[in-house]
Amino acid sequence: MRFSALRILKEGLTGNRGWTPHWRSPEPKSEYDIIIVGGGGHGLATAYYLARTHGLTNIAVLEKGYIGGGNVGRNTTIVRANYNLPGNSEFYSHALKLWEGLSEDLNYNVMHSQRGVINLFHSDGQRDYAVRRANSMIIQGDDAIVLDKAGVRKMLPYLDHDNARFPIYGGLYHPRGGTARHDAVAWGFARGADMRGVDLIQNCEVTGIDIEHGRVTGVQTTRGPIRAKKIGLATAGRSGQTAAMAGLRLPIESSILQAFVTEGLKPVIDNVVTFGMGHFYISQSDKGGLVFGGDLDFYASYAARGNLPMMEHVMEAGMALMPMIGKAKLLRSWGGIMDMTPDGSPIIDFSPVGGLYLNCGWCYGGFKATPGSGHTFAHLIATDTPHPAAARLRLDRFATGHGLMDEEGTGSQHNLH
Amino acid sequence: MRIPCPICGPRDSREFTYRGAALDRPAPDAGADAWEDYVHLRDNPAGPTLDLWYHHAGCASWLKVSRNTVTHEITGAVLAGAEDKA
Repeated sequence: MRFSALRILKEGLTGNRGWTPHWRSPEPKSEYDIIIVGGGGHGLATAYYLARTHGLTNIAVLEKGYIGGGNVGRNTTIVRANYNLPGNSEFYSHALKLWEGLSEDLNYNVMHSQRGVINLFHSDGQRDYAVRRANSMIIQGDDAIVLDKAGVRKMLPYLDHDNARFPIYGGLYHPRGGTARHDAVAWGFARGADMRGVDLIQNCEVTGIDIEHGRVTGVQTTRGPIRAKKIGLATAGRSGQTAAMAGLRLPIESSILQAFVTEGLKPVIDNVVTFGMGHFYISQSDKGGLVFGGDLDFYASYAARGNLPMMEHVMEAGMALMPMIGKAKLLRSWGGIMDMTPDGSPIIDFSPVGGLYLNCGWCYGGFKATPGSGHTFAHLIATDTPHPAAARLRLDRFATGHGLMDEEGTGSQHNLH
Repeated sequence: MRIPCPICGPRDSREFTYRGAALDRPAPDAGADAWEDYVHLRDNPAGPTLDLWYHHAGCASWLKVSRNTVTHEITGAVLAGAEDKA
């Protein structure tokens, strides 16, 4: 079923009785060519691009809960390509280009809104870094504008520009950055994969990975064993557990990242604004809620909910940056489980087990990566060669020390990102 | 979360700095694999775990805290290194 303006008009005039479910709920077959573990954004995107780009359709996506019920439904929906270091830079650039054509490609409105991302800076040193980062982005072929004090004041008049501790010196403006509708991304990829013949199996938890002579042969699940020649793990947040089923230990520690949304308000914040010194970032959803988040709770956790100290810290940072939001009522808060790697950057690579591929370690950056992650992971699984845009997202960079992508410059060590 | 510091009693987790999983440090000459294992690789358990917290706003002790990563329940804390001396 294709969506079009004509179709909406026709359905509207005939009582909306012609709409059908977006995807099937098939019973798992006993064998597939490829199994993707994890029916979140990345797993669904991987299945979609395997079918769309590589013509492979004998694929199952196994999801222990429901489609889009994990981190793709628990984020702050920001999409950007403003990274500094090789590896991340070309990867997120590739992802952003896919985002820009995604709604047309999927025939599904993912509400990608390029409203611009502004990273504020508060000192001469930070300005130097913003200029360097802007140059990196421009060299990569993306867009960046360094705003001075007056430029930020004109664009974002509602900020506390003369804050005593962190006066605003300017901002790094990335016009092509913005937001997208997280659920629509999951549903669009699910529908696109299903339409091409991929089986999406929900309520199907993988409980074991079968390995013979160093190669995968299939998985054990709560809905019975399923054989497969190739298995891709796209289970960020739980990567440690899924990899352990194949006898692997990963350079990953899971932490909790909280986010918050207020009641719906009239339009007040046009862009995505980040306040690095306060670990605070904010945008306004199309429904009017202010969506904002902060830093990790900074202890290993699988709870999908945080604690009050970080909530208090985020509120304080928000008030310091834009006192006008103080009267808004907080509606909801949630936590996503982050796969934290030592250098704060992701992994898309072969695993030491034959036929088993890893897509993990997304840290804070998973949502914006979704189409890029799926596209490059599908390339790796289908062709057994890394995609050029993701070739540096290697598992062995921690052991060798080559090609670490420590964007924050704090050192490649757990608990520093 | 409140952490039962053996010296100061139960204190707000804000008084502590989290370090990470409490692991046994390999010998200096243990080899690259043992050190890669210690520095980077993690069991990352969903459930009971042991991790190190530093009581920066209290007695400045390093604690080994028994904690559940799924429920955030804290079941105990001992001074790090205490069991080695016992």
